[in-house]
Amino acid sequence: MAATADITLGYMPLFDSAVLIAAVEKGFTGEEGLSVQLVRETSWANIRDRIAVGQFQAAHMLAPMPIASNLGLTPLSLELVAPFALGLGGNAVTVSRDLWGHMVGKGAGPGTDPGANGTALSQVVEYRRAAGEPPLRFAVVHPFSGHNYELRYWLSACGIDPERDVEIVVVPPSLMADALATGAIDGFCAGEPWNSVAIAGGAGRIATTKASIWRLSPEKVLGVSARFATEHRPALDALLRALYRSSTWCGDTTNHEELAALMSPAEHLGLPRERLMPILTGHLALGDGAADAIPEFFVPHAKGATFPWQSHALWFYSQMVRWGHAEHSPAQAERARDTYRPDIYRQALKPMAAPMPGANMKVEGALTAAAPVGASEKGLVLGPDGFFDGRIFDPDRLDEYLASQS
Amino acid sequence: MTHRDLTILVIDENAIRASIIEAGLHNAGHSRVSVVHDVHGVGRVIERLQPDVIVIDLENPNRDLLESMFQLSRSVKRPIAMFVDRSDSSMIEAAIDAGVSAYVVDGLRQERVKPILDMAIGRFNAFSRMERELAEARSELADRKVIDRAKGILMKSRGIGEEEAYKLLRTTAMNQNRKIAEIAQSLVLAAGLLEDP
Repeated sequence: MAATADITLGYMPLFDSAVLIAAVEKGFTGEEGLSVQLVRETSWANIRDRIAVGQFQAAHMLAPMPIASNLGLTPLSLELVAPFALGLGGNAVTVSRDLWGHMVGKGAGPGTDPGANGTALSQVVEYRRAAGEPPLRFAVVHPFSGHNYELRYWLSACGIDPERDVEIVVVPPSLMADALATGAIDGFCAGEPWNSVAIAGGAGRIATTKASIWRLSPEKVLGVSARFATEHRPALDALLRALYRSSTWCGDTTNHEELAALMSPAEHLGLPRERLMPILTGHLALGDGAADAIPEFFVPHAKGATFPWQSHALWFYSQMVRWGHAEHSPAQAERARDTYRPDIYRQALKPMAAPMPGANMKVEGALTAAAPVGASEKGLVLGPDGFFDGRIFDPDRLDEYLASQS
Repeated sequence: MTHRDLTILVIDENAIRASIIEAGLHNAGHSRVSVVHDVHGVGRVIERLQPDVIVIDLENPNRDLLESMFQLSRSVKRPIAMFVDRSDSSMIEAAIDAGVSAYVVDGLRQERVKPILDMAIGRFNAFSRMERELAEARSELADRKVIDRAKGILMKSRGIGEEEAYKLLRTTAMNQNRKIAEIAQSLVLAAGLLEDP
């Protein structure tokens, strides 16, 4: 039976909206009997508000955004659910040419190693403090974003206190390159293609990537209001099936040229397709003529990339608590965890015989090699995953983790 | 309680629209209205003004930046809520449709803020209507130009008069259920292709 519902889907101009855009433009939503309209937005706040008043039924969201909303941390909080992940990875940290020059002087380069480059950065920070210079200013795209939390994680693992040693501000992704070029910021963490745009304009150098800070880490999700999920469940299920098929298509290397062409026009990203291909191949130009091949830079489908792991939700929660964005209590942790809805994912994809993990949570950073996991039907391979500093996040030992991260 | 005038900050990159809103607020008796067109450096403006209400256009990608300033509570050391009443979704929807958003200091009574937001919504709607009419007027002018060119092409290639050329365009448009301007446009385009290089 066709799920009859008109769905308006909001997205931000970032490459990780690919699974949503391809789902509509390649006809997967139509084949599920859905009429879906894509609407490009200019801010994450607009996306949240338009979901709140019912103008959008579903949207491209920063992974911590629905959690923050359910914890009552945003100006217009409403109950949201995240039943589907829109891929893994996709971000990078870019620094100004000037800052990179100083980092090289302290031993950074030639690649994107977060350990070596982070240590160099911490020495630059130390040097600036001793010289009485103002703290470096980094930008992220939103306070409740993977960018903010992975940047902070990286900095603090390298001995830089993100609260005291640097300043972290918010700048819209499309304005990052200009802000870096004009010296308004010294570095930023944003999703692609905005790092590559800054590199192509000669403003900066990629210092490290999300994929190297936390391999196979979560980035965007599909956010839906809890009311829509309850009242229009067949339509939501159909949407998830269409997105799953789209993610398969996006992850197939033989479609990459076509996907880049699909994302390129002015109504989506408005950038030449050559600029977009490196995101899919992971062969990034880092700036200053350097290049690097990043394993699993952006993963739209493989390695369980679409599964809404509740351990991901809890890790984001652990960082919200760490940086004072949320108060910890068992009830809050539960609310954060239950924002992610693997149960909806499992039920929606059942008719497709998609491979399913046996559990809803995993120990993050436990896999040092790719490993098949207990999955229904076809096999599911996960990992290697993990944080660059070798730490492990066990969601069953949340309190211990919270205590250890000071 | 002192009946203090509210301090209102309008952030709109569109200078004409911002001034229309500013005028509206003045007319409604609000004398403490400030306008900024550029979000760059707005943190300092907020710190200085301590506004009770901030009105911003939704096209502005810097809305996220503005919200993060509120969350940081460094420049604005007071809790901020969006809109007067979070549960009033019809008001929020009307604002979003008009392309405007407002941030309001918690604790301000709804009856004080609602007229401000109503006014902003009304002005935004009026402005977009004006812009639409202007765009229509421009495209009408462009239509007339393209029809004239099409007529000219027909007159030359068929050796017919102006009236007859127009009739031919109109009949074709009627038969194809399209606008005269569209037919004229394709004719001009085709003639361009057929011209000797």
